[in-house]
Amino acid sequence: MEFSTFLIQLLNGVQYGLLLFLVSSGLTLVFGIMGIINIAHGSFYMVGAYLAWSLTGAIGNFWLALPAGIVISVLIGMLLEWLVIRWLYHRDHLYQVLLTYGLILVVEELRSVLWGDDVRGVDIPKILSASIPLTENQSYPVYRLWISAVCLLVAGLMYWVIQKTRLGMMIRAGASNREMVQSLGINIQVVYRVVFAAGLTLAALAGMIAAPVSAVFPGMGNHVLIVCFVVVVIGGMGSVKGALIASLLIGLVDTFGKVVTLAIGGFKVLPELSSMTVYVLMAAILLWRPEGLFGKRL
Amino acid sequence: MTSRANAILLAVAVLGLAATPFFAEKFYVQFFAKLLIMGIFAMSLDLLLGYTGLVSFGHAAFYGASAYTLAILTPQYQAANFWTSFPIAIAVSATLALVIGFFVVRTHGIYFIMVTLAFAQMLFFLFHDTKIAGGNDGIYIDVRPVAKIGDWQPFNLDNFVHVFYLVLVFFVIVYVLLRVILASPFGRVLVGIKANEARMRSLGFPTFRYKLVAFVIAGAIAGVAGYLSSIQFGVVNPEMMGWHLSGAVMMMVILGGMGTLTGPIIGAAVWMLLELGLQGLPKVGSVDLGKHWQLWMGSFIVLASLLLPNGLLGLGASLLRRIGKQRGKPDA
Repeated sequence: MEFSTFLIQLLNGVQYGLLLFLVSSGLTLVFGIMGIINIAHGSFYMVGAYLAWSLTGAIGNFWLALPAGIVISVLIGMLLEWLVIRWLYHRDHLYQVLLTYGLILVVEELRSVLWGDDVRGVDIPKILSASIPLTENQSYPVYRLWISAVCLLVAGLMYWVIQKTRLGMMIRAGASNREMVQSLGINIQVVYRVVFAAGLTLAALAGMIAAPVSAVFPGMGNHVLIVCFVVVVIGGMGSVKGALIASLLIGLVDTFGKVVTLAIGGFKVLPELSSMTVYVLMAAILLWRPEGLFGKRL
Repeated sequence: MTSRANAILLAVAVLGLAATPFFAEKFYVQFFAKLLIMGIFAMSLDLLLGYTGLVSFGHAAFYGASAYTLAILTPQYQAANFWTSFPIAIAVSATLALVIGFFVVRTHGIYFIMVTLAFAQMLFFLFHDTKIAGGNDGIYIDVRPVAKIGDWQPFNLDNFVHVFYLVLVFFVIVYVLLRVILASPFGRVLVGIKANEARMRSLGFPTFRYKLVAFVIAGAIAGVAGYLSSIQFGVVNPEMMGWHLSGAVMMMVILGGMGTLTGPIIGAAVWMLLELGLQGLPKVGSVDLGKHWQLWMGSFIVLASLLLPNGLLGLGASLLRRIGKQRGKPDA
């Protein structure tokens, strides 16, 4: 493999990994703090992409559609928490899985009613539509670099909010002892609502910024959700740091699995079976550390 | 409900079902066959969910694996042999359950849910994204397997009534088999693991092995359901391994009432009737209610998981208790 090809794949892998981090951090945050497993998380990635498409069409400007989409996602998150999620805090994971599975069907069908079943596309905004030339015939699109930058920015912002602000203090306290925080006069219900909305918005934001480089289509969240599960299993449930490292690992393994050729005993393994690489990685981690790289020992 | 009353009720139901081909139309006979297949599938999941406490969200993998085995064993334009393809298909499902189980059974709680789903989706994408057995379109089993012993053919799988009775026989076999397993010391250990795994381990039971065996048995029975489904419909596609089916069968178990064998059967029946009813909803003005049946199904799942934690059987039992209390009788 030439160096420029390697560089492009490396950048692609990192970009995919960072995007995965954006989605899986929402999943792991909601679980780590609220103890809720939301399997409809991937659906909101899809909702984000459709929001980007419909709002860009309606407003005519991606840069205005983005904040509008974020506001709508936060509102959807708060509404959902108030409507259904808050009844699940003391229930077994089984019922959380079932209820959010029902939500997947509802969201998918509402998407069909509102936006139809066609494959859509979003144009890359003009300012970012350039490419950086690497060799005579290879170049790297600026928009993909921008995606990585946004993901890193959000990761930094998340770290700052959770570790350095008063809200973050309440969130961390709420994660370790809900009753104690409540008895100190903090409205944990509101904190939870904010956390759930934030988690959902992270998925939707990822969908919005990914929309211009990937098509917008029904069921697009399903694959992302499963890969996020793999991320969370590898990184350790509830650990944001684990999610970051696992996301990058998976981004790179998945990207290079598709371009590297590997044959064992004359039998072509890669790239033929590249869709399996991340699962093989997960299986290996499960044997070594069933609780994930940064998870608490069970 | 006592277990004897339960058994009598079930025997009556099975006899009633056995009579259906004599008066019902083809559509209903096939519908009941499908219902019984889902009943087998749901019972197999309940062995994990309700008895061992393993919340598997990837159970469709084993259902689909045996169906794909039959599809691959069937030569083009020719029939496979029932007596060889059936045991091979079940063995494939069981082996797959052994391999996946080896990895997933060492995880707990939420990890178990995610890992079972991830492995099942891995298989789904394997069949969906590659050209194996028709890719994402799936594959037709043009000619049903032939069940000949020498020159004698005890049943003909091209005949929907024969398929119905074959399914019914397997349904009874699976029910009795699970009853026997659950009543055995092995079954008691599984229930103990669900209640308190750490205690079972400190009592000296190798819980990993017990859970793995339960996982393999459940996978093999799911394989029976998948095989029967593929001969009934003559088509195999990746959706048979997909998470929508895994979620649906989980819902059947919860809906009926987990930790019983009657529960999953009732759940499967209610689920399938509901699906049929919602798909047949009429058009109201310009809105086609039936086309968006998944919306109603999803809403139903949300409400059921909030309001029916013990399933319909649990609801029935608590209603009976309430009536009993009003009459001044002690709790049953």
